[in-house]
Amino acid sequence: MSHFNLSIMSLDELLMKKRSLKRALSVRENLQPIRIAVLGGSTTNELVNLLELWLLESGFSPTFHQSEYGRYYVDAVHDTQSLVEFKPDVIYVHTSVNDIQTFAPLQSSQNEFENYVANEFGRFKQIWDSISEKIGCIVIQNNFEFPSHAILGNLDATKNGGHTRFVMEMNRGFALAAEKNPKLLIQDVCSISARVGLANWFDAKRWYSYKIMTTVEGSRELAISLNAMVRALYGKSRKVLVLDLDNTLWGGVIGDDGVEKIQIGRETPVAEAYTAFQEYCLSLRNRGVLLAVCSKNNEETAKQGFQHPDSILKLEHISCFKANWDPKHENIALIAKELNLGADSFVFVDDNPAERAIVAGQINGIAVPDVGDDVAKYVGIIEAGRYFEQTSFSKEDIERAALYAENSQRAAFETKFADYGEYLDSLEMIGEIDRFKPIYIERIAQLTNKTNQFNLTTRRYTLADMERIAVDSKYIGMYGKLSDRFGDHGLISVVLGRLEDEALYMDLWLMSCRVLKRDMEVAMLDAVVEAARKADAKQIMGMYLPTPKNSMVAGFYAGLGFEQHLEIPSGLPAGATMWKMDVNGYTQRNKHIKIVEYDNA
Amino acid sequence: MPSKSPDEILSELQPIFEEALDEPGLKVDLNSNASNTPNWDSLAHIDIIEMTERHFKVKFALGELQDLKEVGDLVALIIEKTN
Repeated sequence: MSHFNLSIMSLDELLMKKRSLKRALSVRENLQPIRIAVLGGSTTNELVNLLELWLLESGFSPTFHQSEYGRYYVDAVHDTQSLVEFKPDVIYVHTSVNDIQTFAPLQSSQNEFENYVANEFGRFKQIWDSISEKIGCIVIQNNFEFPSHAILGNLDATKNGGHTRFVMEMNRGFALAAEKNPKLLIQDVCSISARVGLANWFDAKRWYSYKIMTTVEGSRELAISLNAMVRALYGKSRKVLVLDLDNTLWGGVIGDDGVEKIQIGRETPVAEAYTAFQEYCLSLRNRGVLLAVCSKNNEETAKQGFQHPDSILKLEHISCFKANWDPKHENIALIAKELNLGADSFVFVDDNPAERAIVAGQINGIAVPDVGDDVAKYVGIIEAGRYFEQTSFSKEDIERAALYAENSQRAAFETKFADYGEYLDSLEMIGEIDRFKPIYIERIAQLTNKTNQFNLTTRRYTLADMERIAVDSKYIGMYGKLSDRFGDHGLISVVLGRLEDEALYMDLWLMSCRVLKRDMEVAMLDAVVEAARKADAKQIMGMYLPTPKNSMVAGFYAGLGFEQHLEIPSGLPAGATMWKMDVNGYTQRNKHIKIVEYDNA
Repeated sequence: MPSKSPDEILSELQPIFEEALDEPGLKVDLNSNASNTPNWDSLAHIDIIEMTERHFKVKFALGELQDLKEVGDLVALIIEKTN
């Protein structure tokens, strides 16, 4: 297949090729439909055209609805019909400092200033509330860039009448609102525009001529950031940073120079820069991004680099370590297998352009930023790709790296037991299985949207969908959490059944791969059958919808003792299979996990 | 460096118009304008100007943009700016 990499194309090239790029990207298979409404204070077509390319590259097939410029408020609050009828999955409210209607006058008291801010803020709150009430979808609202010029000079940032101060206060209000509302996401245009530089962000000529606020460069940055947010919403953010070693994590070639000669530490400017890059990698790990090593080296020599006294990264920070002389794309495939993650969630960083090229060419979907070979620029280039965007931080995210470390402990532990059941018992597992609870709904939606392998139907549900389903008596939604003597895995399984004609149709059955072979699926089945019995369902109807990633569960229902059901409802994809099991006569099967309910947990 | 002739500039503008108006093979001439050329709407116009500025490494002033009526005006402006 052909490869595109929008992020390394120049804007000139991008603009001249955007139609052919769009055509080429649109014909790819398995694109995920998404409906995005853009409510703009300015003309948004240019931004939307660029966003479309990036979303296509990310595997989405977007449909857009745009308000006329300046109609963002009216379309969201008063004339909402066309917006409601469009049925958006996401609404992007794109406003700028130009859309602030009334700033606080020059001589305002603190009290007056706060009233002016509250008044402006109120208009935006009305927009979000109206969307929440009438549509209930995710809202992405950008915060404000600073004004293009500061009338009061430096005082603009401190005086009540300063526009800069006003913007800061509005942005603070937006941040607080987003903290309280999981369906409101703030796009940080204040920072994005600052990185581009306000002089390169605004173009007054384009505003007067076309009512576009930003330069094309600005529009592109907005598109890249929005794409990252949408990817995060749908569980497509990158999860693993795969690192080369020599001249990537430290200066020099450890096999030639020896561990004492590699450049790391504080002694030289170059060593300082490698140290800073390692600190950056560690900070990613601390927020849940896994680190892996893929290096052409002898393993033993390579590992010495992490014992260097100035090395920030230690071996314990590396979730998977491959140092050998095999081609890197083969090693990356092995890393994907060992971590149970798709290589399309990987970012590969290597100073060697030949290695970058072969990995980018051989591994579908992997991100290979053109980091060059100057360590001082690595962080900026990786960050510009917005690969690791998240829409929220759950406890699971922050603890993920630690969990993978615990998993390797468990693997070592496992080898001590001859009998697998004995091993499972020794883990002292506790499972919490219950109906959907409001406190877990965000995590349930997140897991549903990012699980690809152990997922029988790969159907995606937004947070709003899940909230609706949780209170609909037609549905039985259940979650499973699991902990053991080594640590807490958090919420790792979701099943969703739909009651119809005395049967419970399993629309969803998914589980995180990190708890494979723990009998958690058996415990979930026990709970599903029990819930079906209480709801007077006579049969459980399972369904397997094949995707390129979920072949591991093709035999799932057969393995649980379901009978194949040969009538396939119309509308299911080729290769779909249906399975049934009688509720009557089922006896509980889980033997190794102690089950508790929500209240007792 | 000798300045480009109107014909040379026009021929360099062709691929820009093809892309912006999404009409592969389209030929514009000095008299082409928004009303006698397919797909030349206000959004395509923005694309044309942006790509032209980038290709010829020129920046048009606000008033110059306002006075552009047909391709001939654009060609004349490019000649003026690149001389």
